[in-house]
Amino acid sequence: MGLSASPSPDAFDFDTPSSRLRINPWTTATLLVALVVALPILVIPWLALFPTENIWPHLVSTVLPGYVLTTLGLMLGVTFGVLTMGVTSAWLVTMCRFPGRRFFEWAMLLPLAVPAYVVAYVYTDLLEYAGPVQIGLRHLFGWQSAADYWFPEIRSLGGAIAMMSMVLYPYVYLLSRAAFLEQSVGLLDASRTLGCGPWATFFRVSLPMARPSIATGTALALMETLNDVGTVDFFAVHTLTLGIYDVWLNMGNIGGAAQIAMVMLVFVMILLTIERQSRRRHKHYQISGRLKELPAHRLVGARGGLAFVACLLPVAAGFIIPASMLLTNSFRYFDESWTPELLQYALNSLSLSLGAAMVAVCIALLLAYGRRLVGGKVVGGAVSFASFGYAVPGAVLAIGVIIPLAGFDNALDAFMGEHFGISTGLLFSGTVFAILFAYVVRFLAIALGSVDSSLAKVTPAMDMAARTLGHGPMATFFKVHLPLIRGGVLIAVLVVFVDCMKELPATLILRPFNFDTLATYVYQFASDELIEQASLGALGIVVAGLIPVVVLSRVIAATRQTQTV
Amino acid sequence: MKVLSRTLAVIAALMTASLAFPAHADEEVNVYSYRQPFLIKPMFEAFTRDTGIEVNVVYANKGLVERLHQEGANSPADLIFTVDIGRLTEAVDAGVTQPANSPALQANIPPQYQDPDHHWFGLTARARIIVASKDRVEPGEITTYEDLADPRWKGRICTRSGKHAYMVALTAGMIAHHGEAKAEEWLRGLKANLARKPQGNDRSQVKAIMEGVCDVAVINHYYMGKMMTNKDQAAWAASVNMVFPNQQSYGTHMNVSGMALTKSAPNRENALKLMVFLSDDLAQAMYAEQNFEYPIKQGVPWSGMLQSFGSYKADDLSLAKIAMQRKTASKMADKVGYDN
Repeated sequence: MGLSASPSPDAFDFDTPSSRLRINPWTTATLLVALVVALPILVIPWLALFPTENIWPHLVSTVLPGYVLTTLGLMLGVTFGVLTMGVTSAWLVTMCRFPGRRFFEWAMLLPLAVPAYVVAYVYTDLLEYAGPVQIGLRHLFGWQSAADYWFPEIRSLGGAIAMMSMVLYPYVYLLSRAAFLEQSVGLLDASRTLGCGPWATFFRVSLPMARPSIATGTALALMETLNDVGTVDFFAVHTLTLGIYDVWLNMGNIGGAAQIAMVMLVFVMILLTIERQSRRRHKHYQISGRLKELPAHRLVGARGGLAFVACLLPVAAGFIIPASMLLTNSFRYFDESWTPELLQYALNSLSLSLGAAMVAVCIALLLAYGRRLVGGKVVGGAVSFASFGYAVPGAVLAIGVIIPLAGFDNALDAFMGEHFGISTGLLFSGTVFAILFAYVVRFLAIALGSVDSSLAKVTPAMDMAARTLGHGPMATFFKVHLPLIRGGVLIAVLVVFVDCMKELPATLILRPFNFDTLATYVYQFASDELIEQASLGALGIVVAGLIPVVVLSRVIAATRQTQTV
Repeated sequence: MKVLSRTLAVIAALMTASLAFPAHADEEVNVYSYRQPFLIKPMFEAFTRDTGIEVNVVYANKGLVERLHQEGANSPADLIFTVDIGRLTEAVDAGVTQPANSPALQANIPPQYQDPDHHWFGLTARARIIVASKDRVEPGEITTYEDLADPRWKGRICTRSGKHAYMVALTAGMIAHHGEAKAEEWLRGLKANLARKPQGNDRSQVKAIMEGVCDVAVINHYYMGKMMTNKDQAAWAASVNMVFPNQQSYGTHMNVSGMALTKSAPNRENALKLMVFLSDDLAQAMYAEQNFEYPIKQGVPWSGMLQSFGSYKADDLSLAKIAMQRKTASKMADKVGYDN
């Protein structure tokens, strides 16, 4: 297929990635869509060209080393946290039988519905000096003041690591559970026949096979960590992200801020490269893997109890405690918080998030399938680049969205004015479309990750068989791939949905007049230090997030059952 | 596929339900606001009752100036509202504002609280005060900002981040009064006296005094009113005395929430009406009452809460001069490692 330059819809290339770019409709469509999604990200290097002053001498001699160290520390800590909680619980729930397992199967996902900054507020109230925990301890032990005992400071790097780990581990849980579920019983059996116990099987067979999925989950959690502003700002943990905002807002230097954002993007590129490399070296396809029921290690007595606790802790910390605090506050401050408009805000949140989730997943499908069809470094690189939006701080991304949209609007307006004497004004900027666009750009990485890893498991033999039987790429996709990967597609829709429900900074900046979502409504109170009055709205976000979480767990469980004949 | 088409139908229905906008009123004015809508809504409603002009709002905590800048001449925004002087001058510097040539407006607002070129106008004033523990600090023991750097307070002071707009403005004020070198010395002294790494917001500094973490803190005055009227926080406020600093010298550092007319302003006349309305007696009294801030127009009566704080001498240094030192102040916080 090497030299043909004519448009060929039949281009088909898997394991011989070629650096040559072959032009066909799939290549064009994939590149075009990737480019549109990448526009707001491309704005960052463009902005970085025009700083109002060179910010680096000042930063390097003062705060930059601290920013970098803190950011690295945070990322390391969160990696450790999400791996411990996510992988352990996924393994226990999938491969073992213990009291409460069926409950934890879906409950482990619950913290996904809680925004990290809400968790931070709740735990500060609980754990600070004047909070109930320390008051209780003082009563219990007769301590008089802070000088009498040691208590970990919640507003610290450690605190931030804990907060983020407990709401982000579900990404790792989700993906590693899916990977464990897909593992071939034959392999596990073989490992047992060769004399490995459950532990050795876990470390020597299951874990290495699930590694690509675990890496993807961890990468998602880390990108979300890099993106966070609410928690680190509240805890006074000075990360690079806070540095970006400082240079932009306090020093009025958005170009300088964009330069720091570029440095952060390099971090992310390294992360993603590692992740993709690890996937490449572990390419294997499911052929007859899921025909048998997975072995179930029965854990009884103390071991069962231990497994129960290991699963309960993350759920309690990331969901039960914060949700019950929100519930209590909602009751106490109901009169101050309730307004009929909340229903409208909820409706806005739901429709925007659902719409964005569908669009993001459709785009992810196109990009992933396009990459599979045409391969090559150019297309692959473009698709990867399009998913960087997840690591760009939300407010910066919002500026990245405004610039091309308003630019297009104004250019069109000028053109129409000149040639037809009519003013079209702003068509996209300041509309719901702008928010939708921002959501898609920001959360494409999640959709792409999920779709891509499902697609990767479909053996190329399937494509070839379908094509031999006379189906074109399009028909093959709808008749063969889509049914096979529908589990992964649904996961993508739901996770993007939950993330959109929580999204705040881009929504704030981009929205039309008099338009609120639950998140923006909550924020206006939270930003005025009235977290109690914000509780009802925050509870709304959590409740809305529960629905997809429950559906999600059923889908995952079903992926195994439907194929167990 | 059935599931897919059904889902799409639901989305379409939801979208139409939520995104079909109510038809815009004929007379309207559009506001980009850095100030929380629930704090300004009552004044806007009063304005609409008075004039029949609808007020549309977008609130965000950052990025609105950039949005305005990019939207350019087609921007629907008429006014921009901010909660501090920094954001006001930032908008002016970005070139997205125009002078509001209204004699009534210029007369209502004292000269130190408006731009000499009429680009921005203060709306309410807030004093940056010192609060001191009732139990551990004698009245009169601390009376000036300069005292905060005195080594006798070592390990006894709490503030929020030195990079926060309110602290940056205070530092900028010190630079404007004493020059850069003296101000830096002051900031280093204050940093050395901190009881803990700067964190939290203004209210949590007061809470820390109640907890015994520190004895003295620097906050915006209206948080005292907000805490006194909050069932959970009244005890925090009760644990401290308010000190309006520098009464024997240049007076207490002031900041403003304010507004500016945008360059594009498609509803310029309505916007000017709203600006005048907000600077006048009724709205000034309401605005101040709502958030326990000081009315900016002379002669507007103070609410009971403000009267209970007592009268004081405010720094009459022009805010425009303070705003010029903002960037230097922000960098100074980095230089002395204030937040470390």
